[in-house]
Amino acid sequence: MSIELKNVTYTYSPGTAYEIHALSQVNLTIPDGEFIGVIGHTGSGKSTLIQHFNGLMKPTEGEVLYNGENIWRESYPLGKLRSQVGLVFQYPEHQLFETDVLTDVCFGPKNQGLSEEEARKQAASALALVGMGEAYYQKSPFELSGGQKKRVAIAGVLAMNPKILVLDEPTAGLDPKGRDEILEQISRLHKERGISIVLVSHSMEDIARYVQRIIVMDQGRVAFNDAPREIFSHYKELEAMGLSAPQITYILQALREKGLDVDLRAMTVEEAKESILEALQKRRLGEDGR
Amino acid sequence: MIRDITLGQYYPAKSILHKLDPRMKFLGTLAFLASVFLFHTLPGYGVLTVFLVSVIALSKVPVRFLFKGLKPIFFILLITVFFNILLTPGEVLWQWGILRITREGLWQAGRMMLRLIYLVIGSSIMTLTTTPNQLTDALERLLNPLRVFHVPVHEVAMMMSIALRFIPILLEETDKIMKAQMARGADFESGNLLQRAKNMVPLLVPLFISAFQRANDLAMAMEARCYHGGGMRTQMKPLRYQRRDFLAYGIVVVYLGIGIAFRVLKI
Repeated sequence: MSIELKNVTYTYSPGTAYEIHALSQVNLTIPDGEFIGVIGHTGSGKSTLIQHFNGLMKPTEGEVLYNGENIWRESYPLGKLRSQVGLVFQYPEHQLFETDVLTDVCFGPKNQGLSEEEARKQAASALALVGMGEAYYQKSPFELSGGQKKRVAIAGVLAMNPKILVLDEPTAGLDPKGRDEILEQISRLHKERGISIVLVSHSMEDIARYVQRIIVMDQGRVAFNDAPREIFSHYKELEAMGLSAPQITYILQALREKGLDVDLRAMTVEEAKESILEALQKRRLGEDGR
Repeated sequence: MIRDITLGQYYPAKSILHKLDPRMKFLGTLAFLASVFLFHTLPGYGVLTVFLVSVIALSKVPVRFLFKGLKPIFFILLITVFFNILLTPGEVLWQWGILRITREGLWQAGRMMLRLIYLVIGSSIMTLTTTPNQLTDALERLLNPLRVFHVPVHEVAMMMSIALRFIPILLEETDKIMKAQMARGADFESGNLLQRAKNMVPLLVPLFISAFQRANDLAMAMEARCYHGGGMRTQMKPLRYQRRDFLAYGIVVVYLGIGIAFRVLKI
């Protein structure tokens, strides 16, 4: 169940004064079961990129392959592709429209042709995954809080049982607690269902903790495509792209400049703590030995 | 997709026409539209064409953008030409049953076609070189005297600017919601009329909610800045006539004079 992009270029309003190259010559593979982060400055082409994954946008040049098949060949079932590659847009709460939560989440499964009963079953399990209990089923989606709306909207895509889940800034507009909860739930999804996840964000901190690989977009091109630790060691180049490494990287860098032998590749506060303690211990041992 | 629709079809370029005062362009366009009906002889159409072509050249707008504006009136053009050719009495050139083409019919049809095309292109030049906001400003200033009769000119102009400002935003929003629902398997393209109308619900409900939300937010923001409409409000970029505007007015007056002279002297 892999997505492959080959030399994908996308141009907005080609041939007019408003022409913009949103993507140029992008080559990527989203393999099975991987948790991938896509990061980039505003306008770097992240959102355009992910809309190519499920055929919402057609590349101006290049090919998009799903399981080795070109999705833009004639009579390719795009509807089926969209139910396998679930895409959750930024501010997904703006897509809610039904009178109650359960019916709204049923919208996707019903479009897949499932019966009322099956759709409800799928919806219930998706809502459980995002932590929305039965008490909410009959509520109007518009009565919910921002974070709850977002979860219902994510459940709306999850209910279609996608093989690959793509989320565009799922934490935008949430408080730190809501953000951590959503990210934890997404990470759990990855572990429990074994589906591939593509998480788009502009915050390194958000994704560093969870993803296995980071794709850095810059001006419509793939700037880096590597494991997080490797990416963060390029933090000088990241800054030039209007991005930054996690704050902890800067602290460790400063410590190293002061002569403490810490591991710069630590990504989370916990790892950094370990690394600093270790370095301190080493130094103490060194002093004792002298 | 929807993003490709540009309202008011403004074409950004650096030309003398783009720099002209929008009031001048608005009045100039009115004068041009009037002149299209002033000329009615072959030499007259020659003058008209020369004027229009030089304005197009000055505007630096690619010609194909001008012809794009003709697309919606294509059928009107076709019907006009068809009936004018067949139904004008006069010297018969060709006849087949009740259908006949006359010399006068051909001349009349050609004239009508030319007029319609020139009317559309003439007004397109204004909208292509003037942003909708500049146009609203110009209208506000031009209609200002109506205030004496208690016409809320400023308020109407403000509403127009806001409406214009929000059209691209709402279009973008529509595009986004449409895609979000398509990602959930919604289908906006197939089915019969009733089915299609029903399929629009997942698009329209969120769209209306967000439009009301935006309207609310905007009203709140305006109130927070103590907006009170009309009164003695000043503008950040007030319209001021430059020398080039007076020059342009001069050219238009001379041009209109030629038109009137042609009409009076029956050239």
